[in-house]
Amino acid sequence: MNWILDNLDLMLELTLQHIRLSLPPIILGFLISVPLGWVAYRFQLTRGFLLTVAGLLYTIPSLALFVILPPILGISFLSEINITIALTIYAVAILTRSVADALGSVDPAVRDCATAMGYGPWRRFWTVEFPLAGPVTLAGLRVAAVSTVSLVTVGILIGVQSLGYLFTNGLQRRILVEVFAGVVLVVLVALLIDALLAMAGRRLMPWAPRPRSSRRLALRGSAAPE
Amino acid sequence: MFRVGNRGRLAVGAVVVGAALALSGCAAGDPLETESGKTDSAGGTIVVGSQAYPSNELIAEIYAQALEAEDFTVERQFNIGQRDAYLPALESGEVDLFPEYTGNLLQFYDPETTATTSQDVYAALQEALPEGLAVLDQSPATDQDSYNVTAEFAEDNNLTTIADLAAIENLTLGGNAELAERPYGPSGLQSVYGVTVDFSATGDTTVDALVEETIDVANVYSADPRIQTEDLVTLEDPAGLFLASNVVPLVSTDVADQIADVINAVSAALTPEGLVELNVKYTVDQESLEDVAGEWLAANGFTAQ
Amino acid sequence: MNLLSEAIDWLFAAERLSGSSPVPLRIGEHLLYTFVAVLVAAVIAVPLGYLIGHTGRGRELAVGLSGAARALPSFGLIILLVLLVGVVRAPLAAVISFVILAIPSILAGAYAGFEAVDRRTIDAARAIGMTEWQILWKVEVPLGLPLLISGLRSAVLQVVATVTLAAYVGLGGLGLYIIAGLALRQFDQMLGAALLIAALALVLDALFAGLERVVVPAGVSVGRKGFRPTSNRRRAVMETSIESGRG
Repeated sequence: MNWILDNLDLMLELTLQHIRLSLPPIILGFLISVPLGWVAYRFQLTRGFLLTVAGLLYTIPSLALFVILPPILGISFLSEINITIALTIYAVAILTRSVADALGSVDPAVRDCATAMGYGPWRRFWTVEFPLAGPVTLAGLRVAAVSTVSLVTVGILIGVQSLGYLFTNGLQRRILVEVFAGVVLVVLVALLIDALLAMAGRRLMPWAPRPRSSRRLALRGSAAPE
Repeated sequence: MFRVGNRGRLAVGAVVVGAALALSGCAAGDPLETESGKTDSAGGTIVVGSQAYPSNELIAEIYAQALEAEDFTVERQFNIGQRDAYLPALESGEVDLFPEYTGNLLQFYDPETTATTSQDVYAALQEALPEGLAVLDQSPATDQDSYNVTAEFAEDNNLTTIADLAAIENLTLGGNAELAERPYGPSGLQSVYGVTVDFSATGDTTVDALVEETIDVANVYSADPRIQTEDLVTLEDPAGLFLASNVVPLVSTDVADQIADVINAVSAALTPEGLVELNVKYTVDQESLEDVAGEWLAANGFTAQ
Repeated sequence: MNLLSEAIDWLFAAERLSGSSPVPLRIGEHLLYTFVAVLVAAVIAVPLGYLIGHTGRGRELAVGLSGAARALPSFGLIILLVLLVGVVRAPLAAVISFVILAIPSILAGAYAGFEAVDRRTIDAARAIGMTEWQILWKVEVPLGLPLLISGLRSAVLQVVATVTLAAYVGLGGLGLYIIAGLALRQFDQMLGAALLIAALALVLDALFAGLERVVVPAGVSVGRKGFRPTSNRRRAVMETSIESGRG
């Protein structure tokens, strides 16, 4: 316990740093996957291709991606952009499928109604389809967010500071409570971001199912009976 | 106390958001910094790096605080993995100052080197360094690779030197994953001492693995306090498999002259026993990095008590 | 793509088979950890998921705990457990971490599979005099199998990618090449190993994709049309995640 009391500042700083590293990939991942998911949903031909590529990217171990990106992209080994790009790739891999599934889950009758009322494709997408796809997309976003927060820790192995520092430093110094504090803080950050996303969802999408079920997350479409 | 170690790093990150913000945030911690003409004339910040290794981190923190005491602006880039990962960062000027070890560093640039004594290694190292990099004075403190066995194992097999291992069969050597490829790793053991070993990449759990007897021989750094606390026996190395490895500040030539006085004084004051003691405070007593470094600087007269 | 060709050269170099760290051994370790972890996770999560799916109780708790488990960073968990149980039992520590990683997907797959079963089908089964036990085994389990396999599939993919981190605490697997390559700055080795792991994941994924098709009971269509659960469970299923992040 002494360790915790002596290192509150360190823990706070690493937590803030961790949050700072976690947010850009979540936001960028979301922004990139909306158009990608739309393309995957809209054009059957690209659907298989896009979702396969997304699935493939997701199988690359995070540590491997962190170390391979710098030479491929010509960025510095120590650059945080490296982590941001790698984690954005994972977020896109998760979210593209969520967005495609979410758009697919919109009742075709509603879509037809909008068309019948004279909505063009652009307006129909932004005012009808996308909002209705929101709850399922949000569920995917929450999975991506939690995953990102967890993966940021691996960055410590290539020298990017985060709460992961408490893991490696704790192991090297054999301070169990340090590692434990790290795990707890990562979980808290993940749950915090998750709760914020859920709250934002409730605020922005009053048409979403009530909290009871909105806590549930998106199901991968391939196997989803509907 | 605000952990300076991360203040710098936070600032690096904040550059993405706004460089101005980062700079003011950094300076806010110490009003003297902004008033000091020294930092301005220095043309920027001294970036201190460290390995992902507590003992190295300690020395880096001592460098950083010593420089800060002399009104330098310091930024910390600690925990940059192993030599092969951070030397490019030094060469490219991302990092200015890094605590290094003469023997290991020499072997990195000149794997064929025949120097083994402290002075020879230091001299050879100065020759071997690439353009843009320099070393300041080496410290009497050493922290070098060494092969260790448990006291019990040493007694049972009558071991005092690495050569004695040749008589034992089915030995497993544990160490960091990269040891498998190092010149002093399994291949060096074979060619220099005729010792055949299997290798197990035990990483940061190497000492535990040795104590729990899942490995027989462990590569432990000589300043690791666990050599004492776990009652390990360091095998002698008469044939010089390992080079002498003194702590030495590796610097970018751009800043070498500026910081030489401060850092050389630190190196001179750092003794082998002192380094082990620092490690004990950090890992056994679980003191924080900046406290251990700060206390050492105060005790050695670099800062006011 | 110079680096890529170097990585491929690395992969096919003779030392990959004969050297001190042969690839087949590392693949074996990697697969062993993956299968043991997923198996243990399945033994825990499938009965639990079936119980939740069949009774409709405890779902909130399961969802909550799964959510919390997902937030656990595997990397930290491995280190924490290694420190707790000691280095001799490090493999146990790693397996526990991977089991925790795998459980949420499998659990969700198990109960979502049950919940996806049309209420009318279950009512019909009850009407023709099936016991609860028979309903479970003859109706819910077979009909829920595709979603369960889907859950297992995600679990395997997450674990296969995460076993990479086991090398950090000296447990081998393909991650060893990456950890050693990182220290040695050998990008060919790191990329080669990453390709191997991705290939391994793809092969496993393809196996499970095939399995998902095979286990659909005859006469049941799991297509996108013509299968409409009536109750509000439809929404529940739709929003149950089988997919999840990994650490």
